[in-house]
Amino acid sequence: MAGMFEASAGGGKISAAEKGAFQKQLNKVYGWYTGGFLAFIIVLAILEQFGLPRNYIGFIFLIATVLLYAGIGIMSRTSDATEYYVAGRRVPAVYNGMATGADWMSAASVIGMAGTLYLTGYGGLAFIMGWTGGYCLVALFLAPYLRKFGAFTIPDFLGARYEGHIPRFIGILAAILCSFTYVVAQIYGVGIITARLSGLAFEIGIFVGLGGILVCSFLGGMRAVTWTQVAQYIILIIAYLVPVVWLSVKQTSVPVPQVIYGFQLQKVTEREKQLLADPKEKEVIAAFKARADAADARLKALPADAPAAERAKLTAERNADNARARPLAGMPPHAQIFAGDPNGDAAAQKTFNESRRNFLALIFCLMVGTAALPHILTRYYTVPSVKDARRSVAWSLFFIFLLYFTAPALAVLVKFEMFNLVVGTPFDRLPEWMAAWAAVDPSLLSVTDINKDGILQLGEIKIGGDIIVLATPAIGGLPFVISGMVAAGGLAAALSTADGLLLTIANALSHDLYYKMIDPNAPTARRVMISKILLLVVAMAAAYVASQKPADILFLVSAAFSFAAAAFFPALVLGIFWKRANRWGATLGMIAGLGITFYYMATTQAWLRGIFGVTSPVADNIWWGIQPISAGLFGVPLGFAVIIIVSLLTPAPRKETQELVEHVRYPELKLAPAR
Amino acid sequence: MELTETHRDYWRKNLRLTAILLAIWFVVTFVIGYYARDLNFTFFGWPFSFWVGAQGALVIYCLIIWYYARAMNKLDEEHGVAEGD
Repeated sequence: MAGMFEASAGGGKISAAEKGAFQKQLNKVYGWYTGGFLAFIIVLAILEQFGLPRNYIGFIFLIATVLLYAGIGIMSRTSDATEYYVAGRRVPAVYNGMATGADWMSAASVIGMAGTLYLTGYGGLAFIMGWTGGYCLVALFLAPYLRKFGAFTIPDFLGARYEGHIPRFIGILAAILCSFTYVVAQIYGVGIITARLSGLAFEIGIFVGLGGILVCSFLGGMRAVTWTQVAQYIILIIAYLVPVVWLSVKQTSVPVPQVIYGFQLQKVTEREKQLLADPKEKEVIAAFKARADAADARLKALPADAPAAERAKLTAERNADNARARPLAGMPPHAQIFAGDPNGDAAAQKTFNESRRNFLALIFCLMVGTAALPHILTRYYTVPSVKDARRSVAWSLFFIFLLYFTAPALAVLVKFEMFNLVVGTPFDRLPEWMAAWAAVDPSLLSVTDINKDGILQLGEIKIGGDIIVLATPAIGGLPFVISGMVAAGGLAAALSTADGLLLTIANALSHDLYYKMIDPNAPTARRVMISKILLLVVAMAAAYVASQKPADILFLVSAAFSFAAAAFFPALVLGIFWKRANRWGATLGMIAGLGITFYYMATTQAWLRGIFGVTSPVADNIWWGIQPISAGLFGVPLGFAVIIIVSLLTPAPRKETQELVEHVRYPELKLAPAR
Repeated sequence: MELTETHRDYWRKNLRLTAILLAIWFVVTFVIGYYARDLNFTFFGWPFSFWVGAQGALVIYCLIIWYYARAMNKLDEEHGVAEGD
């Protein structure tokens, strides 16, 4: 197998015949690989029946997959620049699509998204639409043109198109800002999943996972990362689909959950009405309300000089109980579209309008952010041609689609299971998985018999979104080996995204900062070496930050989308579609877009307000009720406006630059000589 | 160096196709999203706008990208700007 990634090495243009042979070889290798993975699962399942203990199964999954990824990394090691930065530009469209899928789908998509949908119903669909619709923008505005330009990184394009180091430098900063927060979240996810799989401590988990990431990207750069990501995609999609199909067969005897869950949704909606009217549920709500009121009374009774910690503790207690004293355990009815009521009183109308506005704003930011994240865009540098770049976006979205249109089905099926089979169980006969997860971390799952009737009510379950996917096999009554497989799928998602992000950061520093700006005469070998060293440093830094368990990690990840959208999207799109856009326009536009996005977040988001010491009331800083997560809504239009206005006020770009724009617009431009 | 008429024609057609597909993308995402509460009729079990958000929009996005790739790769050939092997 070692030879297969070597086909037609040398990096030059490859012929159609070579292309076909290479793809055939890949099909064979990955076909065998998929079969091998399935056989591995079956063998483990048989061993489980013979009494192989569960933590052994977890360990085997962890070690086997990490070794596999490392093995691919070792087989694809390289120190050639084109191989290291863009995998030799000969990744077939289909395989680049799979690699992009794995690169794109992070721990948040695979582990967290179905949980978000479970908790928020229709509102959560903003993530489904946002994270897929963005690929339309990639396909229509960016991928083919960037491939034609044919550089190594995104700042590369900005530097060449906008004539100089300033736009390139801002590009480097923005790329690092978006990618670093994102990679910290992935490594955090790796730590959690490894800890669950194997029972190792969280910090050790981080470093085991990090080893897997590093061997791969350190030795082989983009080439190793590409082939590993394809392998990781195959694992994560199998791991995601198997439990959902199982659950669907169990509930409806139809093995295509995506087609059938509409009817399950109707049943869930019926059940919600029953639960809303259920006197036992009302008892639970009243009990939580009473607890919240008691905490509030104690808070009010505190003497003025009471310690702040005491005050904070009581406030938190009161808020937590208040949050649980709501119908359906605080979840909106699953099929309810937006909160509030357009025909109700003024308050209900305001709630409705803001709920709808934020839903659409979030979709906008996630879409534009998707189309501007550097680690995704660089993937389209690795295909052989513009034609393949276009096809490759189609394949990317298809592979992402497979998971994304399954996630809402998973959420509904799990909800059906919870509402019908779990709610109403006597406390002494709760399913075994509930105790197991409650033991892992009570913040993820806890049940308390608050109205003391010995029966579990919906309001008595507190469930975190992150366990929905991981617990699905257990909820559906599947053997433990499937739980192990799902965790391995989550691990694959986190590792593959981390690989892509680390490479993006290291390349922005080594290629753009060092080679292009500091030492343009550096020999290739030294550039690649520096990139590898930086990769190690960045990975260590990210692991260190992740091991501190930063509080608002989810917010940081979503914020990365708004930052990427505001910084890159206007400059990249205008750079291709408007020849007149010039250096000063792009520079100021990127700064303005990033600046206003950052300003809005800093004045409205609780954690950032704390850091920057903002004390004015949030309500004064909120514009049209938009949540801080969607700050890119202001950054993107401002970025476009500033680039256009400043460009028109300053001289047009040089003739060569305008010719560069012509050059990227046509896959092959054979110009007639000037008359 | 100068662009020929067929080059300009290619770029105009590309822009038109891009604009049409972008308009479809916009309607599916934001117009249906804006009127989601009113488009609540039952559609094979789902409320219609829920189904669009969970599946319908995704299918359209896939079709948009697939069609663009196909049409542009053909347009390249017709206007002699396709890459040679």
